[in-house]
Amino acid sequence: MIKHESIETNAGLLIVLTLIVISIGGLVEIVPLFFINDTVEKVEGVRPYTALELRGRDIYQREGCYLCHSQMIRPFRDEWLRYGHYSLAAESKFDHPFQWGSKRTGPDLARVGNKYSNEWHVAHMVNPRDVVPQSIMPNYPWLLETDLDFSDVQNRMRALKMTGVPYSESQEEYDSNVTEFGPDVADQLDILQAEENLMEQALANDYDGQRDRITEMDAMIAYLQMLGTMVDFSQYEEGYFAEFR
Amino acid sequence: MAHTGIASTEQYNYEIIKKFCVMALVWGVLGMTAGVYIAAELAWPALNFDIPAITFGRLRPVHTTLVIFGFGGSALFATSYYIVQRTGQTRLYSDWMATFTFWGWQVAVAAGAVSYMFGITQAREYAEFEWPIDLLIAVTWVVYFLQYVLTLKRRSQPHIYVANWFFLAFILATAILHIFNNLAVPIGLFSLKSYSLFSGVQDAMTQWWYGHNAVGFFLTAAFLGMMYYFVPKQAGRPVYSYRLSIIHFWALSFLYMWVGGHHLHWTALPDWTSTLAATFSIMLLLPSWGGMINGIMTLSGAWEKLRTDPIMLFLITALSFYGMSTFEGPLMSLKSVNALSHYTDWTIGHVHSGALGWVAMVSFGSFYHLIPRLWDTRIYSTKLIYVHFWLATIGILLYITALWVAGIVQGLMLRSFDDYGNLAYTFVETVAFLHKPYVVRVLGGAFFVLGILVMSYNVYLTVRRSHLEAAAIEAKLAAKMAKA
Repeated sequence: MIKHESIETNAGLLIVLTLIVISIGGLVEIVPLFFINDTVEKVEGVRPYTALELRGRDIYQREGCYLCHSQMIRPFRDEWLRYGHYSLAAESKFDHPFQWGSKRTGPDLARVGNKYSNEWHVAHMVNPRDVVPQSIMPNYPWLLETDLDFSDVQNRMRALKMTGVPYSESQEEYDSNVTEFGPDVADQLDILQAEENLMEQALANDYDGQRDRITEMDAMIAYLQMLGTMVDFSQYEEGYFAEFR
Repeated sequence: MAHTGIASTEQYNYEIIKKFCVMALVWGVLGMTAGVYIAAELAWPALNFDIPAITFGRLRPVHTTLVIFGFGGSALFATSYYIVQRTGQTRLYSDWMATFTFWGWQVAVAAGAVSYMFGITQAREYAEFEWPIDLLIAVTWVVYFLQYVLTLKRRSQPHIYVANWFFLAFILATAILHIFNNLAVPIGLFSLKSYSLFSGVQDAMTQWWYGHNAVGFFLTAAFLGMMYYFVPKQAGRPVYSYRLSIIHFWALSFLYMWVGGHHLHWTALPDWTSTLAATFSIMLLLPSWGGMINGIMTLSGAWEKLRTDPIMLFLITALSFYGMSTFEGPLMSLKSVNALSHYTDWTIGHVHSGALGWVAMVSFGSFYHLIPRLWDTRIYSTKLIYVHFWLATIGILLYITALWVAGIVQGLMLRSFDDYGNLAYTFVETVAFLHKPYVVRVLGGAFFVLGILVMSYNVYLTVRRSHLEAAAIEAKLAAKMAKA
């Protein structure tokens, strides 16, 4: 039997044993998540973000939205009624980093897409109390006044590609995206076309109501209007997703 | 403290500890003030003033970073450097490394806080530092580790005292957590923006493995190291049970790393992971309370000190809050309780009963013990320590009770239905309810800030007195020399 004294008198041994003891928990709980196939549901429709949505997501992070808004609906009746179907792991599989959040000072946003009009979002972002009198959200008027900087959007997509998001640069990658997501989405995932795609999406939808310019508000609303709209839940049997939990 | 005179400045490196102490107070005042301000923004949103840099979303990481890493981190550097020198009866291995850790850490904290106000963030809670700052922290941390181990190596005592085990575990765990949670791909060498390597569910688990162990090792294990030195010192008695401290250390180190998943109950994280996390969270109650009992019982036979010694009052109150929040934590990790508490202010209240009640109180107590010894004088005013103690305690109680009310009532409102099975309240109706608890929270925070301001004033006058005393002695000496 070793005496504890032998650890107390040997710094090297103390360090090695401590390292072993603190490593086990993380190894057992995190590593399998990368290898167990059922961790992320098999579901159609989830795609990487378009260039404009991606820039919107960047601004969402810049402003610290995740500190007051979750993007993770739990499987409870009240959340079902308030927000919709509970969130799937698949729905955030392209989220680097995840934006599930930890606090709802405001409501969950996982399925906010298509719930409100673009005009509502603009008004709400400029002064939330104009549309929700009791809101305590800060105003974000500068989103409407600041032109969107998308000069480095290709670099952003390239960095994400390195983490595993299937944005394409070569013909081969493009073709594989056509098979996986269809030709329309594959075009949007093409890094070389990113700037044109971004401008086209912003001008075609005119999210911010200012025809002549592309502002940060355009990107933000494009992102919000997409949230939670990718999966068509009517396609799946009730209980299908429970198999993965 | 006559024996810690000139000889000790050669025997030990006290200068570096003084610097870290001062910076802990500076960051403490700034970070806690930022906390009160963002709390006020929630009560009165007009305080956001449409200025991007001070909106809630950008200022909240400033608050958490300044208090956790600025205040807490500097306090840990200060006390760990003191304890490793005193218990090993040796000087720090390298003065150069000590200075490097000081500047590395201060620059990282300051750069982090400023960058968040400009919207530069990784958007990971308590790990918002972008990649260049992460690299600086990593380098600083490696130097800290080397400094600590090499100092231990040259100790003149055969045993490594228990406080040092906790500091070592904290240094090792923080290194592992920091590196794996911050794996990211920058969008360019000259850009501050990066995207995390992992995504979705794996990213969430990694982040909360990090997030909860920032609590477990940074804010708990390390501060337990502080407790294991300063409580026995101030009480003038040995630790209650040596055997208990051994069990406490190994069980705490092992169990903490499993519990992060309880932040992700009922999410898209697989059930097996979150169930495992909940199970270990409940087990964690045992070593936590073992440690609390070990600390409090150290005072047995000297309970009268609570009547006469305000420093003891700080330390024992800190341990009581430690016990309370480590009971509340496992409770909230139960899935049924978490279903109500998660996403509400109950969580924020819980964090603060740990952060204010345990972390800050044990630091204050330790500093009141430490600072007069570092500057070789007596504390300027014992009365002001009492004033600080009551301001802090009242502040904490206001804060946590307000957020219990806020969290539990909001949780109940959100899940209540009317007679027809429809939701009884809209979300914004619960927000309207929160106004009053939020105002009380601001008040509680303001009390706490007032407390640390009183402390800073007291410390300032203590340091000044030390300088005056030193000058007086020098003058006397000079006079004697002149006569002779």
